[in-house]
Amino acid sequence: MDNQGIEIKNVSKKYNNAGNEIAVLHDISLTIKPGDYIGLMGMNGAGKSTLIRMLNGLIKPGEGKIHINGMDTADSDNMTSIRKLVGVVFQNPDNQLICPVIEEEIAFGPENLGLPLSEINQRVNWALHAVEMEKMKHHSPHLLSGGQKQKIALASILAMLPSYLVLDEPFAMLDPVSRWELLAQIRRLNTEHNITIILSSHNPEDFMHAKRLIVLDHGSIYLQGSPREVYSQDGKLAAIGLEAPGIYQLIRQLQQAGCYFSDNPNSIQELVEIICQK
Amino acid sequence: MPKIIDVKELDFIYMPGSPYEQNALKNISFSLDEGEFLGIFGPNGSGKSTLVQLFNGLLSPGRGTVTVCDTDTADKKLRQQLWKKVSLVFQYPEQQIFQISVYDEVAYGPRNLGISETEVRQRVYLALEQVGLIPEETIGVTPISLSGGMRRRVAIAGMLALNPEILVMDEPMAGLDPIGRKLILDIINNRKEHKLTSVMTSHNLKEIIAIADKIAIMDSGCLVFFGAVSELLENNNILAKYRLELPDHIQLLSALAERGLKVNTNIRSLNEAALEILRLLA
Repeated sequence: MDNQGIEIKNVSKKYNNAGNEIAVLHDISLTIKPGDYIGLMGMNGAGKSTLIRMLNGLIKPGEGKIHINGMDTADSDNMTSIRKLVGVVFQNPDNQLICPVIEEEIAFGPENLGLPLSEINQRVNWALHAVEMEKMKHHSPHLLSGGQKQKIALASILAMLPSYLVLDEPFAMLDPVSRWELLAQIRRLNTEHNITIILSSHNPEDFMHAKRLIVLDHGSIYLQGSPREVYSQDGKLAAIGLEAPGIYQLIRQLQQAGCYFSDNPNSIQELVEIICQK
Repeated sequence: MPKIIDVKELDFIYMPGSPYEQNALKNISFSLDEGEFLGIFGPNGSGKSTLVQLFNGLLSPGRGTVTVCDTDTADKKLRQQLWKKVSLVFQYPEQQIFQISVYDEVAYGPRNLGISETEVRQRVYLALEQVGLIPEETIGVTPISLSGGMRRRVAIAGMLALNPEILVMDEPMAGLDPIGRKLILDIINNRKEHKLTSVMTSHNLKEIIAIADKIAIMDSGCLVFFGAVSELLENNNILAKYRLELPDHIQLLSALAERGLKVNTNIRSLNEAALEILRLLA
């Protein structure tokens, strides 16, 4: 089908705050193809969360249109279909856990899809395995640590098997081992299950698998390109308060001090090789 | 130096005797000097948040002792006074803001100290400045109209306004952009300059390594490492097991040293590392 994917066209949004109109998004146009892996960067208040909430119709565009597989998010008749397609994991897990037992929490979505019990069980087990929380199946989500809750929130969305998985800072409270596992899991969902990923984070190193980075600033698209392309312009990132991974910052300092690298290094290993050869 | 936090053989059990009984902390002992900055690391669910709630007497030890600012936190009478000395900033503190103006929110703590409104006002202004907000522009604002990152600053200001001897923050950087995260580090650095103690739980060693004095690592309720940052840097087993990553420039210098280059690996900051590499290339 040629209408697959997410089409964002000239989208703007203003909020009204005590009589003042504040523009949070300004003329955003973006095409996200099935199987894409998009990284979303930007300062707090740049419009990331608003854009993310628009992808499943929680917030409607003020101007412009968003189509998910050809369906207009502003048309409320499309809401049920759109929310089956687009799974969103929000930042703070405390706001999205509702059931007394973890197993029920994960099953809540699939049950609402009207699936047979065997399929629901299968999905619950798979989703808990994906976040390495099988052992906690019969525990209460409310007695977990912050990071464990974040994993349960993710598993409950995974169990819906969305075509588009939208993650709003899913690593904010995860320990490093969990973060690596989850990054690997997200990549597998993308490459093996062809699930489209839209990931926002403040840690530039979380975008190592992203195919494309979108940098938002004050509601507009400021930069976009592959992680390498975006990070090589780390001066531009710094101008709006963002950071490239440390290795890019180091390379820029060396270049500013007069070092010339014929091949642009972009990893620690590459830089080690270059220095050792000199 | 007096020990400002002294933990001895601490056990803590949630809901003892119930089916949900959970042994959250097991036989923990360590101490911290006044003016130091302690970073607490460890996997999700390892007991970090439980441990920090014992520092201000919110939780009481099951076994062993926790002595903070010379106060035994198991003593119920003394424990109730601990909030004046030990400020605890919870995870996502922006969710517990409840006053209708930024001024009232930040003033809430100091007003409970029984000091004059003039002094309360001074403290509110100073605390707002410390979190990078302009008091004149923010005191009248309703907190809910601010972004999450700004609300977190207000919540932290409310704690700073108590002039705590110890500032304890539970994952204060989660979800903040680089400027917000730098601000947290600046607050701690500022406290270090004034010989004031700070404690933070974190998952990102890269961010705090340059200013941390001591590091604690928890796992399944046990303290598996406690020591100076330099000791941690030599402990490759612990770093690898918990995937605690060092900043790229430190990894680079170590890699160069492994390749046999004569390079100073005792460097923390990115600027120093750049100079060291320039010296190598010269």
